[in-house]
Amino acid sequence: MKQENAVFDQVLKASPDDFIKDWVAEVSASGSSTGTSASTIQNDARELLGAVQSAVAADADLDNLDGSPWARTRSVLTALSQSRAAQGASAGDTSLFVMAFKRPLFVGLQKHLGTDPKATFDAAWTASRLVDRMAQLTATTHQRTREEVISRQQQELLELSTPVVKLWEGVLAVPMIGTLDSSRTQLVMESLLTRIVETGSELAIIDITGVPTVDTLVAQHLLKTVTAIRLMGADCIISGIRPQIAQTIVHLGIDLQGIVTKASLADALQLAMKKAGYTVTRAAK
Amino acid sequence: MERIPILRMGRALLVTIQIDLQDQVALALQDDLSSMIERTGANGVLIDISALEIVDSFVGRMLASISGIAAVLDATVVVVGMQPAVAITLVELGLSLEGVRTALNVERGMAVLAADDRNQID
Repeated sequence: MKQENAVFDQVLKASPDDFIKDWVAEVSASGSSTGTSASTIQNDARELLGAVQSAVAADADLDNLDGSPWARTRSVLTALSQSRAAQGASAGDTSLFVMAFKRPLFVGLQKHLGTDPKATFDAAWTASRLVDRMAQLTATTHQRTREEVISRQQQELLELSTPVVKLWEGVLAVPMIGTLDSSRTQLVMESLLTRIVETGSELAIIDITGVPTVDTLVAQHLLKTVTAIRLMGADCIISGIRPQIAQTIVHLGIDLQGIVTKASLADALQLAMKKAGYTVTRAAK
Repeated sequence: MERIPILRMGRALLVTIQIDLQDQVALALQDDLSSMIERTGANGVLIDISALEIVDSFVGRMLASISGIAAVLDATVVVVGMQPAVAITLVELGLSLEGVRTALNVERGMAVLAADDRNQID
């Protein structure tokens, strides 16, 4: 075993209970334990200590946390970061918890090497680097976990917000909600066109009541969708154009010639029924 | 070279494209179709592209020009059964095929031609 590892091994194995007590005390002193119970902190500390102990005992390179002897430590840290993140702890809290590991480690190293200032300093430097890397790993994992959640939610939002509904025999409607960007338009276009083929519908109504603003880009996306629908052999009505949006369209000089537009979805449905040859009458009382 | 068959149904012609259209095949189809319209006096042409999965700008332009040629020869062209992916591709290529009639399937396309026929007689 390397000299350095031997020292660390002795420090970590000297009295684990005191070590953990020191660690937990440091965590609560730093004020980062909010929301995490004392017993959880203690368990986490014990588990992490065990992992580090076994890595040091296996003569792992203290400068390189990526090596295979550190695999268990890394997985413990990853699991720790993920469970803390799930409980709502910030990345800072988790890394503070890991950083607090330095305190008992330094105290132990000082006890062992107190007589030799150079050896103490070297060991402290190695310990500091090791613990910093561990803290960094938890922060990175925390961030990655969050990013995964965000991208999943984005995807869900994208899929949720573009349902294609059947209004009547041969009439489909898409209530658009939210800003229309190119990826949304693409998705709407694809799902709408696929449904047109599946159902053999001859008329599609795009309702833009839920679209907050219409600029030239959004209008261009709408035009593309309408053209694609026409190419498939179906007709398209755009409904739900609010007065402000109508004004914006005209002021921007957007050409919606050749596209049937209606103020409300009800008007659009009425037109659709009329085109299909239906008449709606109220039954006599 | 492969040739795309042109079938006659009453006063309409039916073209079913079931292979990926190469430029030469497309040009040959344009030739065949125009002479067929002239010979049979057809007043409608149905082009079924439901089996077509890949298009490029050339094929898009060819569809538009066939429609133009047929219009000069007094026949209506209806393109039927376009796949969603094909429609999106054509739109992204900036080809909106203005002036080309479209329908969801052959049956609807026939209905369009029949309605056109009636209108002309009236």
